[in-house]
Amino acid sequence: MPSLDDLRKRITSVKSTQKITKAMKMVAAAKLRKAQENAEKGRPYSEKMNNVILNLSKSITDKENAPKLLVGTGEEKVHLCIVLTADRGLCGGFNTNIIKKAKSYFEKIISENKTLKIITVGSKGYDQLKRQYKSYIVENISFKESKNINYFDADKVGKIIIEKFEKNEFDVCAIFYNKFKNVITQIPQEQQIVPLNEDKDDKDDSGNDNDYEFEPDEDEILSNLLPKNISTQIFKAMLENSASEQGSRMTAMDNATRNAGELVDRLTIEYNRSRQAAITKELIEIISGAESL
Amino acid sequence: MSNLFNIDIVNPEQSFLSKDNVFEVVIPAVEGEIGILKDHIPIISFLKPGIIKVFSETEEQSFYVEDGIVEFKDNTLSVLTSSIFDLKDADKNFVSESISIAEAELSKDNIDDQKRFLLNHKVEVLKSISIN
Repeated sequence: MPSLDDLRKRITSVKSTQKITKAMKMVAAAKLRKAQENAEKGRPYSEKMNNVILNLSKSITDKENAPKLLVGTGEEKVHLCIVLTADRGLCGGFNTNIIKKAKSYFEKIISENKTLKIITVGSKGYDQLKRQYKSYIVENISFKESKNINYFDADKVGKIIIEKFEKNEFDVCAIFYNKFKNVITQIPQEQQIVPLNEDKDDKDDSGNDNDYEFEPDEDEILSNLLPKNISTQIFKAMLENSASEQGSRMTAMDNATRNAGELVDRLTIEYNRSRQAAITKELIEIISGAESL
Repeated sequence: MSNLFNIDIVNPEQSFLSKDNVFEVVIPAVEGEIGILKDHIPIISFLKPGIIKVFSETEEQSFYVEDGIVEFKDNTLSVLTSSIFDLKDADKNFVSESISIAEAELSKDNIDDQKRFLLNHKVEVLKSISIN
């Protein structure tokens, strides 16, 4: 049985923790709004980019000489995985969910005896993966210093990927991130970016309108466009991720605040009870002392 | 019949410009400037550094772009670019800085002819901006 003093100390400590989580929730809520706005603003670009590439790839007839970024190297031996996580913790299952998704993919690759290479973006992902997959991690990038998500950071990652592809260091590349659905739900995503997977649902929409004029020719446009598309996809993932991170943190901190409140209530009741018990005990002692006189 | 069409200029961060009352757009495509009017055939091309001119019913706007992709389809012109600014808000310091960066790049030996051409062109365009 803890003493009254212990209880009092615990209550104050839980209360100050609650203050912190409450403040973090407020901050996350404010940041979430901005992040969500940014994610929405960024969508037209990546959608348009996808459309253009789709139209282009439809009109490419010579599949064999098409750029390798689009059709792949013809092999599937080396997989490069880009794991995008947050730089900060205390955001619920946000990082863990991405890692879990990525890990199941890693296991599949390893069990098929293929080579695995990992690039982590964000320090939390690196921290969690280095224990188990240290030997596979080829690069660890963190944008802790950048205040906002910007395209240049995404472009840096994109350039690294392309450089590696040109050196034939991998055949297939996939990125892992959290897609922002709403504040409570974030869905961990696995998206293959090299070779580009065409969405099957888009295929049936009027395949006859591929009468584009190209200037210069398709191949040159494609080889110019595909590297940009990789950066764009990464940028999109980073935007979705940052919105998800704030959403996840907000929910986590909301829960923490509520739990702290419950804990304070319970501790207060316990504190009052034991205080009352002590008073009663003293009274009984006094009364029985007086009776014995 | 109206001779107007739509234009959307987007950069990765946001939608930069969206108008539905333009009648002519001049874009600096890689193989020369293209003027686009309504009912142009579908075209995909990419940009070299230069100036996009947008003529709408009410005004005429000019933007500097560094690179990007244009697509014209169903009377909608989409311009995807990562670096663009309105000539009206051109920042003198930024322009002169860009010129010096491009010139530094030019002085390197290991660039190919195509890149040299693009950089020369970029310097030219930027200089013409800074004079105005």
